[in-house]
Amino acid sequence: MNSSLRLITMFFGLLFLQVFVLNNILFLGHINPYLYIIFVFVYPLKENRISFLFFTFLLGLGIDFFSDSGGTHAFSILIIAYTRLFFIKLYFRKVATEYAFFKLKSEPFGKRFNYVVTLTLIHHLIYFSFANFSLNNILDVFLNTLFSSVFTLLLYFLGSYLFNKTE
Amino acid sequence: MQQIIYFFQKFKYFLFFLLLEFVALFFIFNNLSFHKSKFINSANSITGGLYYQSSNITEYLNLKEENKLLAEENTQLKNLLSKKSVNLDTKHSIVLDTLHYYQKYSFSTAKIINNNYAKDFNFITINKGENEGIKKEMAVINSRGIIGITEHTTNNYARVQSILNKNSKINARLKNTNYFGTLGWDGKDYNTVQLSDIPRQAPIKFGDTIETGGRSTIFPEGILIGTISKINKGNSADNKVDITLFNDMSNLGYVNIIKNLDRQEIKQLEKNNE
Repeated sequence: MNSSLRLITMFFGLLFLQVFVLNNILFLGHINPYLYIIFVFVYPLKENRISFLFFTFLLGLGIDFFSDSGGTHAFSILIIAYTRLFFIKLYFRKVATEYAFFKLKSEPFGKRFNYVVTLTLIHHLIYFSFANFSLNNILDVFLNTLFSSVFTLLLYFLGSYLFNKTE
Repeated sequence: MQQIIYFFQKFKYFLFFLLLEFVALFFIFNNLSFHKSKFINSANSITGGLYYQSSNITEYLNLKEENKLLAEENTQLKNLLSKKSVNLDTKHSIVLDTLHYYQKYSFSTAKIINNNYAKDFNFITINKGENEGIKKEMAVINSRGIIGITEHTTNNYARVQSILNKNSKINARLKNTNYFGTLGWDGKDYNTVQLSDIPRQAPIKFGDTIETGGRSTIFPEGILIGTISKINKGNSADNKVDITLFNDMSNLGYVNIIKNLDRQEIKQLEKNNE
């Protein structure tokens, strides 16, 4: 009960943080962090993934509702939500029985860094490709992906450092 | 039969994932087309209401700019009025018969509660909707020039397709001439839009003013857009010209919505011709 309550708070917290604060940053005119994807990193790893996929889809769709972007956020966050397991197996070498005990916080920083950076880059690349929706400005897509990823990752690591410190 | 159930069992996550992705794709494609964007937008009562609350707070930050705009517009209107009174002195221009007076456009005010300008497909949300008579495909302007076209309305809110949207196409012309072109946006700079398909013989010069053409049923004639900032020499097929907007699209407050009272009649006529 406690953990599901925490997830619900995090869901709405991330949604409102993204649409009311982070979407208005527009650093240098157009660079925004997309911090809501940490929902995918923090959501506990379970054998049954239906609810996980569904909630990430809802979060992406919620962001889309506010930022008038059709379904681009929902589409891109779903992709990293689905491929999350593959990267966990790849980077942390976990098997199915260890899923219940898996905690991102307790993993070594190097592996965690690889995992988070890979998922963030995938998400941002897909998001910007769909937001752009043409092959004309392909360089802009890559640049946006790079800058926004750096911004998002900076916020994520700063945040996780601060929050882990207090515990 | 057992094979099928086994198949579903084995791939249930992947199938669920695919299903949700198709739903998302469906929304993406719907959002790109002007006439179908009904589902995902910020004009519904929940997102609209929340944006309204947040804009009530942030509104105070732009009061200075808003005051300046109002003062500018007042000066402009006073200038117009002073020109008018000269004409009214002559005998024949005084309109006594109000029955034959004919109004073509009606204006109403709204507040922008959410403004995007940094993406490729930008939309604006305003706090007026069907209850105030706002419908699809009405012009949205402010005192400095055009802003966009209403695209989807709910009871209390409306979503506006900004001119900073790659799908936006607006009829525009060189001021005081009849050389027409199409106004679009390439998705790069929010201060610059592009005018294409303007005839080659048109006398375009750096700094010329561009205004709306009045060939559509949405925008009235002669609403300001911007000035020419770059002319592409050479033989490109569409003869594109860069326009710097008068409006600062990143800082918008109150807007006017224009309703064309003749729209129904014109549409009906055009339909009959087809």
